[in-house]
Amino acid sequence: MKADVAKLRPDLAAIAQMIPKGASVLDVGCGDGALLEHLARESGVDGRGVELSQSNVNACVARGLAVVQGDADTDLAEYPSQVFDVVILSQTIQATRKPAAVLHHLLRIGRSTVVSFPNFGHWRVRLALLVNGTMPRTKALDYAWYDTPNIHLCTIADFRDLVRGQGASVDRALALDGRGQTRTMRPDAWGPNLFAEGAIFLLRPGR
Amino acid sequence: MECPRNAMAELANPRFLRPVSSRDVDIGQAVAFGPERPLALDGGKTLSPFTVAYMTYGALNAAKSNVVLVCHALTGDQFAASDHPVTGKPGWWQTMVGPGKPIDTDRFFVVSANVIGGCMGSSGPAEIDPATGKPFGLTFPLVTVRDMVRAQAMLLDALGIGEVLCVLGGSMGGMQALQWAASYPERVVSAVPIACAAKHSAQNIAFHEVGRQAIMADPDWLGGAYQLAGRRPAKGLAVARMAAHITYLSEAALQRKFGRNLQNREDFSFAFRPDFQIESYLHHQGMSFVERFDANSYLYITRAMDYFDLAADYGGVLANAFLNTRTRFLIVSFTSDWLFPTVENKRIAHALNAAAAKVSFVEIETDRGHDAFLLDEPEMFATIRGFLNAVAASRGVA
Repeated sequence: MKADVAKLRPDLAAIAQMIPKGASVLDVGCGDGALLEHLARESGVDGRGVELSQSNVNACVARGLAVVQGDADTDLAEYPSQVFDVVILSQTIQATRKPAAVLHHLLRIGRSTVVSFPNFGHWRVRLALLVNGTMPRTKALDYAWYDTPNIHLCTIADFRDLVRGQGASVDRALALDGRGQTRTMRPDAWGPNLFAEGAIFLLRPGR
Repeated sequence: MECPRNAMAELANPRFLRPVSSRDVDIGQAVAFGPERPLALDGGKTLSPFTVAYMTYGALNAAKSNVVLVCHALTGDQFAASDHPVTGKPGWWQTMVGPGKPIDTDRFFVVSANVIGGCMGSSGPAEIDPATGKPFGLTFPLVTVRDMVRAQAMLLDALGIGEVLCVLGGSMGGMQALQWAASYPERVVSAVPIACAAKHSAQNIAFHEVGRQAIMADPDWLGGAYQLAGRRPAKGLAVARMAAHITYLSEAALQRKFGRNLQNREDFSFAFRPDFQIESYLHHQGMSFVERFDANSYLYITRAMDYFDLAADYGGVLANAFLNTRTRFLIVSFTSDWLFPTVENKRIAHALNAAAAKVSFVEIETDRGHDAFLLDEPEMFATIRGFLNAVAASRGVA
């Protein structure tokens, strides 16, 4: 199991550890299905996926996963409320057109919600803008401002405020460093917002 | 495409006047259900005795766990993966079904049956009514997609097959796959409805009605009793096919293949001959269809599709058709299909999601319209191959 977790992207491995055994899971933006397959095999999770790219959907289907080709911005509205134990949105919220609406649906569909995202409050990002005076490019998000799919980047503090604005509570928050190590953080602390490359939030609808 | 310039005039040829059923055609295999095994129809009548003609490809394994049921569309038949006995052309899904193909007959035992109401050996309006010794014509009872599926279930019973690893089909074949999953959830391990809908739309019914009226307006239709008079409404059927064929293509594909190109001429004829390539193409489609299809069958099967509304059988809620289902689904649509557009296919996927069913959905990018499910579409092949592999692995099928 350890070897298998190691093969997963670090943020996905950290998410996997948050999912209870046998849970029903909807992975929005599930990519090639690596996380869903891992969860099904190792945790007996009953998983479903939503993915935009057709080649990724094909990869998922060939893995025996149940994945619907669709768009988080438009298709989440079709899902009934409170049908999944956990809804996952990993490294996707920054690419949606309406992050607030997407988060609203995630909180509605799942009894709990996991969101991971890159932290644009990281000191290197801040410094790049200050020193170069150009839009920052990071290792994780290496795009020029005019052709990036990441149209709604945020910091940990920004995301925390969005969550609060939607009346949801933070069950757990993890800071992710550049080597894939995670540590628990307080969402209000200024340190992680400056030093974490990414964050993972475990949310619950309502306070 | 090269076609005779006066293709429609060809329809006066005597070979088009004989009904398909009376020809000496090898329909493959058939099971005759006697009076002890009647088929109760949705319309209230009972069909008995009746026959289901079918073909099989590949070999049944000892555990009988490798059965794949392939359901044909409106004008298809049991010859999915072998040459058609009337036209000599390859089977309608020969790109999909065969050794090493996505539906691999080296692994799977493929069953393909002619639907009830069809004209390739299963009971239908062109067949002889045993009660009168004459062709049924319009005395054949109206059938529904559910009746077709009931007849197929009886066929599998007769073949000693309980569980089906996968039911697949496009268009009306997809409707049958859905109906199979709804009617016999315990028998269907997985289902792949392609380019279909859970109900026939008003627009689709409208197109069908145009086709039916073209047939019935042909003076040779004779109120459906043309066989008794040794005639056939060939022109009406050809026009029906021409109109329908347009709906199977896309504007982009028509433009790409034909544009405004003229057929074997430099300039307009200033007459009503087929000047344009698209006209010749449609004439050719109409004519080659008439050669192999019965006009009354066309009326019956289009009607069956019109009546299809799966949600209506479950209190108007499509998800209720699949509550507690263990069947795995793969829904496939095509970007340029305007007859059964992606939105209709997605509706099925959403209903299955609401029923907590295991459903995958993929939209294939193509400009070939509804007919894409019959064509060489590598992405569709890859998806279906991967899905079948995963389902087979989950059931321990080698």
